[in-house]
Amino acid sequence: MPRALILLRRRLLTAIPVLLLVVIGTFFLLEAAGGDAVDAYIASTGGDAGLIEQLRHQWGLDQSAGARLAAYLWALAHLDLGWSVSFSRPIGEVIAERLPNTLLLMGSATALSFGLGSALGIVAGARPGSLRDRALSIGSLALYAVPGFWLGLVLTVIFAVQLRWLPLSGMETIASGKTGLARAADIARHLVLPVAALGFIYLALYLRTMRAAMAEAWRQDFVLAAKARGLLRRRIVLIHVARNALLPLVTVLGVQSAAMLGGSVVIETVFSIPGLGRLAQEAVASRDTPLLLGIILVSAVLVIAINLVVDLVYAMLDPRIGRDPGKLQGFRMRSGYRGKNSGEPA
Amino acid sequence: MTPRLSIQDISVRYVGAAVPALDRVSFDLAAGERLAVIGESGSGKSTLALAVVGLLPSRTVVSGSTDWPGLGHPPVNGRDIGFVFQDPGASLDPVMRVGRQIAEVAYTHLGIGWQAAHATAIELIGRVRLPEPARIAEAFPHQLSGGQRQRVAIAAAIAARPKLLIADEPTSALDTIVQAEIVSLIDRLVKEDGMSLIFISHDIALASTIADRIAVFRAGRMVEIGKTEDVVAVPREAYTRTLIEAAVIPLATSADHAGGGQS
Amino acid sequence: MNTLRRFFATPEGAAGAAILGMLVLIALFAPLLFPQDPLSIAGPPLLHPFTDWSLPLGTDRLGRDVLAGIVHGARTSLAVALAAALASIVVGATVGTIASFAGGLVDEALMRLVDAFQTVPGFLLALAFVSIVGPSLAVVVVAIALSAWTGPARIARAEVLSIRERDYVAAARVIGMRPSEIAFREILPNALPPVLALSAIIVASAILIEAALSFLGLGDPNRVTWGGMIAEGRTVLRSAPYLSIIPGIALVLAVLGVYLAGEGIVEATAARRGYT
Repeated sequence: MPRALILLRRRLLTAIPVLLLVVIGTFFLLEAAGGDAVDAYIASTGGDAGLIEQLRHQWGLDQSAGARLAAYLWALAHLDLGWSVSFSRPIGEVIAERLPNTLLLMGSATALSFGLGSALGIVAGARPGSLRDRALSIGSLALYAVPGFWLGLVLTVIFAVQLRWLPLSGMETIASGKTGLARAADIARHLVLPVAALGFIYLALYLRTMRAAMAEAWRQDFVLAAKARGLLRRRIVLIHVARNALLPLVTVLGVQSAAMLGGSVVIETVFSIPGLGRLAQEAVASRDTPLLLGIILVSAVLVIAINLVVDLVYAMLDPRIGRDPGKLQGFRMRSGYRGKNSGEPA
Repeated sequence: MTPRLSIQDISVRYVGAAVPALDRVSFDLAAGERLAVIGESGSGKSTLALAVVGLLPSRTVVSGSTDWPGLGHPPVNGRDIGFVFQDPGASLDPVMRVGRQIAEVAYTHLGIGWQAAHATAIELIGRVRLPEPARIAEAFPHQLSGGQRQRVAIAAAIAARPKLLIADEPTSALDTIVQAEIVSLIDRLVKEDGMSLIFISHDIALASTIADRIAVFRAGRMVEIGKTEDVVAVPREAYTRTLIEAAVIPLATSADHAGGGQS
Repeated sequence: MNTLRRFFATPEGAAGAAILGMLVLIALFAPLLFPQDPLSIAGPPLLHPFTDWSLPLGTDRLGRDVLAGIVHGARTSLAVALAAALASIVVGATVGTIASFAGGLVDEALMRLVDAFQTVPGFLLALAFVSIVGPSLAVVVVAIALSAWTGPARIARAEVLSIRERDYVAAARVIGMRPSEIAFREILPNALPPVLALSAIIVASAILIEAALSFLGLGDPNRVTWGGMIAEGRTVLRSAPYLSIIPGIALVLAVLGVYLAGEGIVEATAARRGYT
C-alpha cells in the first residue's frame, strides 16, 4: 500500500519539528518552575550544601541553559524522561505503568462516543429539520455543556451511592485475587461509570458533527442522482449520505484525542483510576514538575501517534486521498445542479 | 398510437419565487421519440426534467399532470426513467467504485442478486464503450476523465432498461470532442433500447443532431415546438431565430462534423 | 441590525441570550445581592436546600451560603471565560494574520508552533502552567488562553489568505498602504466574523476548563468558584450530594447558554449569506 506509506512518511516528517517545539516548551516551563530537581530532591531527603553542589554538577545543572537544553534533548533521545522525586523512581517507568489504564479508558470512551454518537447522528441527519433531528441536536448541545467531572460525580451518586449497582471508584477490586475473565469483568464493572462520564460528553460532539456532515452530504449532487436512479431511501441514507459524512467525523476523532487526554485527568481523579491523568494530578499535588512535564511529553507523542492512525484510516476510507496533500482535510464541496435549479429561475 | 409520456399544463413555482419557473407546459412524447428541449439557463428546461422525475425541492408548488398511458403503474425513477445529469463528476458518489454504483441500480430494479448486478454493470460499461470494463468497474470516479465519468453515469441511467431517458445538459461540462462522442453514444443507446429521449440543452446546433422534435423554452414557457428540420429552417418565433442565429457558426461546422474544423 | 433581529428570532439565540443575560445580571449585581463575603459563615453547616428561606439553597460543610457562592461564582466564571476568550482571540488573530502576511519561513514556523500547542492536551498545559506559576485569577486566564489561541490563529490565517487577493486589498496596495497597515486596517476587520463565530466555543470551553482547574484545587484560592464548590461538596457526597450538584447545574446552564447563543449567531449569519 504505497499510498499509505507516502502519507506516513510525510506525517512523520512534519511531526518531528512539532515534537521538538513541544520539548523546548516543556524545557522552558521546567526552567520557569524555579528550584531544580536537586532542590526537590534535597527537600525530600535532606542534605548539606556540599551534596547539593555535587548533585548539581552530577546532574549537569550548573551549566548554561543551552547546555542543559542539549543535555535534556540528549536524555530524551535515549527515552530517559528523568527522575521523579515524589515516586523515587524513573519518570519513564512510572508513566509506562500508568499509560495502559488511560489507554483503556480513552479507547472505551472513544468507542462509546464515536459509535453511539455517529449512530444517533445518522438518525438525526436522515431527515434534516425533522422533529427528531431538532430534539437530538438540542439534547446533544445540552449534553456537551456538561462538565465531565460533574457528570462523573452525578453518575456516582446515582449508580454507586444510591442504587449501589456499580463500584464507587478504582480500577478493580483491591486484592480480590481474581484472574482471567473474572478480573476482566471486574475491571469492566469499574470502568462503566468513568467511561460513561468521559464518553457521553464527546458523544454529543460526534453526533453534531455527523449530523452537520450529513446535512452537507444531502446537498451534494450525487444524492440527487441516487434519487433519480430510484435507490431506496434507506440505501441512500446509509450507503451514500452517511458513508460520505463519516469522513469529517474521522478527522474529529484525531482532533479530539488531545482534548480527551485532558478530560481523562479529571475523570481519573474523580474515579481514582491509576492512569496518566491521575498521575498528572498527583504530580501537581506533590509539586513534581519534571514528572508533570514528562506526562505532557508522552501525551504529545500519544496525540501524534493517534493522529497518524486516524490519517491512515482516513486514507483508507477516502480513495481520493494520497497523492496530493492539499485534499487531506478536504470534504469536497460541490456546487452545481441543485444550486443551479433550486435557487432562482432567473 | 398512445404516447409514452403525456404532460398536461404543468406549472412549477419555487418557494419565494415571484414568477413560476414553469408555466403551463404541455406536450406528448411517443415511444422511441427524441425531443430536444432548448433554452437559456433559467428558461425552465431543467425544472421540467426534475418535475418529470419528481425531484423538485420540497415545498415547491407543482400543478398539472404527467401521464404514462401505456405503463399501467406510476413510473419508478431508475427503472422507468433514466436520468443523466450535467456534471458527471458530481453525480457519482466520490467514495464508491463506479461498478458498484451501476450495479446498485440493476440490483434495486431488476430483482437480481449482487453478483448478477455486478456482471450487468461490467456489461453496461462495455456498452457505453469504455475500455477494459472489469478494470473500470473497480475505479473510483476521481480516477476517470470527465467523459469517462459521463459514460459511467449513462450506464447507471440505462442499467434497468428504462423507457425514457432524460439527459439534462449531458455534455455542457465536457470539451467539444468529448461532447460529440457522448451525443452519438446517447443516440446509439436510445436506438438500440427503443427508449424515448428528452435531451435538454442550451445548444440548438448540438440538439438538432439528435432530436426528432425541438421544443423551445423561454422564461418558463414553451414558446415553440415542432419537427427539428421545421424549427431550424422556418422558426415561427423571433426568439427561436435569435437562438439559431447565435448558433449559426457551430451549425456550419457541425455540418462537416465535430473534430474537423474546431481547433 | 437585521442579523441581530434574526439572531433573536432563532429559538437557540433567544434562549441563549436569555440565559446569558440572566447570568450577566447576576454576576454584575452579586456584591449588591450578597454584600457579605461568600466565604463567610452564614448559618448552621450542611443545611439542606429549601428548608430555610433565608438560605434557599442551604449551606455547605462550614455553614457558608450556597446561593451566595453560586452568585459570586458566576462572577469568577464569566470574568475568567471572557478574559481568556478575548486574550486568545486577540493573540490568535494577530499570529494568524502575521503568518499569512509574512508567508514563507515565518508562516511555516508559526504554524508549526500552532501545531505544537495543539498537540499538547490543553488541559494538561493549563494544569502545568498554573501549578508552576501559582494559582491566581490572571494566571488561570493565561493558562486557558495558552491552549485556546490556536483555533483563532488557524481561522484568521485561512481567512486572511482568502481575503488578501480580493479587490479592495489590491486597491490599498496600489495607493501605497504599508503591508502592516493593510493587514490591520483592511483585512483583520473582514476576517473577524468567522473568528468571532469560534468565540462561543472558546468561551464555553474556558468556563469548563476554569471549573476543572478549580475542581482540582488550582483555582484562585481567594474566590468562590463553581468548580471549587463541587470539589468541596465531594467530601460529603454521600450525605449532602446537593452541594456538588447545585454548582454543576449552574455550570451546565452557563455553558449551554453560551452554546445556544453561538448556534443563534451561526444561524443568523448563515441566513444572511443565503443558506438555510
